[in-house]
Amino acid sequence: MTTRKIQSACAVLLLVAAIYSCDSLIPEAPAESDLLDGPTEGLSTSEQSRFLKGDIAFNDEVFTPESGLGPVFVANSCGSCHAGDGKGHPFTTLTRFGQTQPNIAPDVSIGGPQLQNRAIPGFEPETIPNGVPSMDFTPPAVTGLGFLEALTDPQILDNADPNDSDGDGISGVPNYINPPSYFIPKPFHQPVGGQYIGRFGKKAAAIDLLHQTVGAYNQDMGVTSTFNPIDPHTGLSTDPEVSDQIIRDVVFYLQTLKAPIQRDADDPEVIRGKEVFMSINCSSCHVPSFTTPQSDIDALSNKTIFPYSDLLLHDMGPGLDDGATEGSAETFEWRTPPLWGLGLAPESQGGEFFLMHDGRAKSIQEAIELHGGEAQQSRDEFVALSDADKQALLKFLRSL
Amino acid sequence: MKKLIITLFIGLLAQQLIAQVDQSLLKDDRSDSLENGMNMDALSNRVYATSSSPVSIGGYLEADYKYIGEDGLTDGHTFRIPRVTLFITSSISSRIKFMSEFEFEEGGEEIAIEFAAMDVNFHPLLNLRGGVVVNPIGAFNQNHDGPKWEFVDRPIAMTQMLPATWSNVGFGLYGKMYQQDWAFGYEAYLTNGFDNSITTNTENRTFLPASKNNKERFEESSNGEPLFTGKIAVRNQNIGELGLSYMGGIYNTHEDDGLILDEPRRLDVFAVDFNTELPFSDTYIIGEWAWVFVDVPNTFTQQYGEKQSGGFLDIVQPVIDKSMFGFDDAVFNVALRLESVDWNVGTFNETGGNIGDEIWAVVPGISFRPTYQTVFRLNYRYQEQTDILGNPPAKTSGIEIGFATYF
Repeated sequence: MTTRKIQSACAVLLLVAAIYSCDSLIPEAPAESDLLDGPTEGLSTSEQSRFLKGDIAFNDEVFTPESGLGPVFVANSCGSCHAGDGKGHPFTTLTRFGQTQPNIAPDVSIGGPQLQNRAIPGFEPETIPNGVPSMDFTPPAVTGLGFLEALTDPQILDNADPNDSDGDGISGVPNYINPPSYFIPKPFHQPVGGQYIGRFGKKAAAIDLLHQTVGAYNQDMGVTSTFNPIDPHTGLSTDPEVSDQIIRDVVFYLQTLKAPIQRDADDPEVIRGKEVFMSINCSSCHVPSFTTPQSDIDALSNKTIFPYSDLLLHDMGPGLDDGATEGSAETFEWRTPPLWGLGLAPESQGGEFFLMHDGRAKSIQEAIELHGGEAQQSRDEFVALSDADKQALLKFLRSL
Repeated sequence: MKKLIITLFIGLLAQQLIAQVDQSLLKDDRSDSLENGMNMDALSNRVYATSSSPVSIGGYLEADYKYIGEDGLTDGHTFRIPRVTLFITSSISSRIKFMSEFEFEEGGEEIAIEFAAMDVNFHPLLNLRGGVVVNPIGAFNQNHDGPKWEFVDRPIAMTQMLPATWSNVGFGLYGKMYQQDWAFGYEAYLTNGFDNSITTNTENRTFLPASKNNKERFEESSNGEPLFTGKIAVRNQNIGELGLSYMGGIYNTHEDDGLILDEPRRLDVFAVDFNTELPFSDTYIIGEWAWVFVDVPNTFTQQYGEKQSGGFLDIVQPVIDKSMFGFDDAVFNVALRLESVDWNVGTFNETGGNIGDEIWAVVPGISFRPTYQTVFRLNYRYQEQTDILGNPPAKTSGIEIGFATYF
């Protein structure tokens, strides 16, 4: 065999080896339970296609002044606030103001209900008038929201106890919200005086995911739509800057993002931690599970989910009273945040914890210790736990 | 545009065939030997299919195959022809030249005039260049021909932070001088510049290449403010070459029709580049690092950073230099590229924590050059990229196989 033939054979072998080893060269995928993003199981191919469109609109579409950003805004894309669909970072914390009493509409004449603290070049951002109370909201994780939206009003009201009739010190009330004009109630919605139960947001001010999404486009990005054509800078109507289809794609994406998956559920310390969680009555508000009813989306139907939330408002004490509010909530009332995905928060918050509604808590323990009001008793019992039980509880929470 | 370029190509070819020319022009009158060549000569010392006539025609082709994945997901096997480039040079007289480079990217989806300039030589230290000039920022921007490199991909910092290939309409001067083993060169140009898109774009970061989408930059400046680009370089035949370059000016449209829209905002870019060949091992080393400073309104989002930095280092080691596959002067190389970019150098106003938006990559590879003009490349790429918050990085890796050849 000539040298040239040997050289050629070696070159061909090298190429073949390189191509056939392709898959072994690709980085391994993280475990599914370590990721918040991804579709829920059981979507049809057409639903997966819709999910993909929504995924692109949510995570990849960046608004510029030319495509409708602002002129005043908080963030320029959905993904800016919800990296990896997880909890947000103080970088994109948003500020609400203008309403200081329940059921009194926010004063839009002073710029409410939301502060647009950024502006495109050549424009000035909003400022809050002196002396006006405000509240900061760190963006929440957006996974599993479709399951929460699928729950019926009676399921939520089952955990409500406005007058604390059972005497456990925990009340729990819904935030009743005036619906936007485009809201179409489902059969399970139960209006009271024309208002509907809010489920999403720190104060539960959004009734469903369309309400939440339209509000985010408008108030967070300054992007108008046919659903809400009012430009937050001028207060005047303008042409839609995002299409109905894109908004509906994003809503479908949010509806069909998977629920966070617990990790290390069989770890004895995690099991012990859950027992402690139940024993000190954290579960009175952070209700562990629900089962969804039949939904328009089959993949969301009849599923037992573990959000660790009752979606109701609770008095959290004066330490968490920011003096501002939304809907029928008191200024000291906050919706119980779902705890699912809590352990993965640092994966989307730049390696740190920024917990509570405004990110003021830098650890889970600090967040627990900031609980007051109806949660004061559970907080005090946590502080009094043995170190072993305390660590077990924290490990359980990190497993969620 | 396509018709114009095809017509130009055929016209020049016909002109060459007719050959009613001054016979004194039928020689390659490049004043520099390759030994004296500097990075700044990359555009004028190209390989041409025809080079012994007043009109020289050449170009290069790049094609590749990729199998790349990110965090366990891959788009599968991809074949690409990232660019075909056509060079046309004409010696109008012994001291006046026309040089051009037309690039057909993504299979002809984009056609760009990357370079179309007239050079007038008054003195080795004083040459006038005007037209569409390639701004001399760093080294890669001018020295970007695919067949010169051992890697399938262009350096990230030079194409995704600096906007290689960045060319624009303008005029300027360049020159060189030699003293024994030393060569000194300079370039200085005024051209049209950047625009608002570098800080308001869908890349969601300060992104100088965004201005390349503005085709009107060949027709008019976005703001009436010239962009200055200058470079000085020194080369010692026994040591190597070091270049220092700067590009800067007002980038935004701050005034229109007599109305004030914003305050004038500056862009400043500094770059250092070097290359050397180690005499004891024939190891070729080339690198470049650049720093970008952009005046971004402090009321705008920090998503768009005020500072960027990044660069690359290529190490190429010939390991077999002999007749192979029937090619007499074939060379087999092993190569390594190290590169990184920080698109947003700084800290968050809200937390004081570091802003992410960074990438680094290691690209080992092998290359085979049957001739100087043609290279076959096999690279393995591993890179990690963090988002602006500094969350756990997206890990990307895979193989890239391709070739590039002058023609």
